[in-house]
Amino acid sequence: MIDLKHIVKAYRTGKVDFQALKGIDLQVKKGEYIAIVGPSGSGKSTLMNIIGCLDIPSGGEYLLDEQPVNTFSSNQLADIRNKKISFVFQAFNLLPYATAYENVEVPLLFAGMKGRKRKNRIMEVLAQVGLANKIGNKPTEMSGGEMQRVAIARALANEPEIILADEPTGNLDSKSGTEIVDIFDDLWKAGKTVIMITHDLFLAQKTERIVKLKDGLIENNGNLA
Amino acid sequence: MKPLIIYNVFIRDFRKQKKRITLTLVALAWGTISIMLLLGFGEGLQQQLSINQKGLGEGIVILWGGQTSIPYKGLGKGRRIAFTPEDIDFLKERVPELKNVGGEFSHWGTNIKYKDKVLSEMVAGITPNFKQMRNHIPQMGGRMIDEWDMKLKRRVVFLGDKIKQKLFGDEDPIGKQIFVNSIPFTVIGVMIPKMQMSSYHNMDENITSIPLTTFQAIFGRLYLDDIIYQPYSLKHMKALKKRVIETFAAKYKFDPQDDRAISVWDYVESTRETNNVLMGIQLFLGIIGALTLLIAGVGVANIMYVSIKERTREIGIKMAMGARRAYILWEFLIEALIITFLGGGGGMAISYILTEGFKRIPIQSEVLNFMGRPTISLDIGITVIIILGFMGILAGLFPAMKAASVSPVESLRYE
Repeated sequence: MIDLKHIVKAYRTGKVDFQALKGIDLQVKKGEYIAIVGPSGSGKSTLMNIIGCLDIPSGGEYLLDEQPVNTFSSNQLADIRNKKISFVFQAFNLLPYATAYENVEVPLLFAGMKGRKRKNRIMEVLAQVGLANKIGNKPTEMSGGEMQRVAIARALANEPEIILADEPTGNLDSKSGTEIVDIFDDLWKAGKTVIMITHDLFLAQKTERIVKLKDGLIENNGNLA
Repeated sequence: MKPLIIYNVFIRDFRKQKKRITLTLVALAWGTISIMLLLGFGEGLQQQLSINQKGLGEGIVILWGGQTSIPYKGLGKGRRIAFTPEDIDFLKERVPELKNVGGEFSHWGTNIKYKDKVLSEMVAGITPNFKQMRNHIPQMGGRMIDEWDMKLKRRVVFLGDKIKQKLFGDEDPIGKQIFVNSIPFTVIGVMIPKMQMSSYHNMDENITSIPLTTFQAIFGRLYLDDIIYQPYSLKHMKALKKRVIETFAAKYKFDPQDDRAISVWDYVESTRETNNVLMGIQLFLGIIGALTLLIAGVGVANIMYVSIKERTREIGIKMAMGARRAYILWEFLIEALIITFLGGGGGMAISYILTEGFKRIPIQSEVLNFMGRPTISLDIGITVIIILGFMGILAGLFPAMKAASVSPVESLRYE
């Protein structure tokens, strides 16, 4: 499903060039549950952004379902982020002025889903994460755990195949964090491909495979001892 | 994007930038009022002057006999060319494109007496078609000179409204007898008051008019002071004028190229030139107004740039959700247009109230009678809406393009 071949990503900060990724080779099969771990600055988020088509690699090849991503137009990449791949962020990244209902509605609007079908889908995914009774609440009226659940519901709205989660429990207490992890477990069991960045080794060991990054390279690609 | 979401975003932005958006809306309203009042002033002026120009007549050409300046077919120069009353029918027969042809005698310093009031004024001998050509329209209760008056050389008189006022005051003059050079005449009508922008001898309000045949009988004149004609169509006026001159040139044996033989005042051409000047004035006023409005557009662009900066992260989130760049562009462009049309709409409403209110104030003034009152027409409304739309697009487009071009990764990192 995902095939990264010698992926390089370089940034220019002022006059200084910085290589965040120095040659990543990684394959992810459909339905896998993967954790990406590593110290700060190892390139985890950069790798996630490239997998999620939010960023373009400076070198190498990225094949998504055997299609070269670097040949896609910006509209095609947007459509991939809308329908095939979705994101869950550490900081939730909900629209602060919109209700839970309206936040989940956003990707469905971009997908062009019409009226009643859209409404039904929103209610379905909010119920799936246990927030059917919070549709009218804005982020300021919800707990951290509830906000992350809305973010997950939003990520599930267009039934993507791949879910990318960047430290989804990083801003949550342990109880809320456990609830969120359980949701990801359920999603994986339902057939989704889940790739998660985490510092939490306990969480990482719940996944099928752990990919450890260090200094922009894969140090370990398998279970941590 | 769903209109409700756009509305909610706009309200949220308004709450966060209340002062800035309010000032921008005020600037937009001010700019809109400026352009609408300026254009309205120009429109009122054009309408009033258009009415005033008709005071002298509509679609007419006035001819005066002159003196030849070119020898022609054995005849020397310096010959006087003068029209006779027979030339009226002569011209009408020879040039069928003419709807009306009329003639005029005039005599200054004529004694006009009613009871103990004596005036020394101009008397004109005219043809009945001066009603159509020179807008000699009678007030209710009276009539203009007609063909029977001409045939029977009746001693009837049609008074200018100022002459009537001087002789009769508020008294109804219809049917009353006045004396013109000690000869009794019956008043048959009084002209309706009209604004007259130009004249070739005297303003019509000051003229006492009698039938041309009656005038000739009383004053014994042979030659007309002027001939006036009015064509069916105002197209090809130049060619028609040439034919009229050639017709008289053939009769009176002068060179058709001799422009001193007959003097011509093409009032249609004069009216057209005046209208061109008025259009130029209106265009100038419109440009001044548009420039004022454009400055308000700078305020809109400023608002949008600030809004985009504050919503950088939000743009990144939407892009992560699958928003195409075009969606982001349209969202901000529509917001700019909402602000533009809110401010502009307010300005249009205020302008309309001001001009309509001013129209209803009962001020009588020579200046207003000449220049008219500001008038906001549908054309002006549409023009201003188009300018507002264009300005809103311009003010919103560059900020919107900037928003659509942000890197999603960079914008998600923005605090």
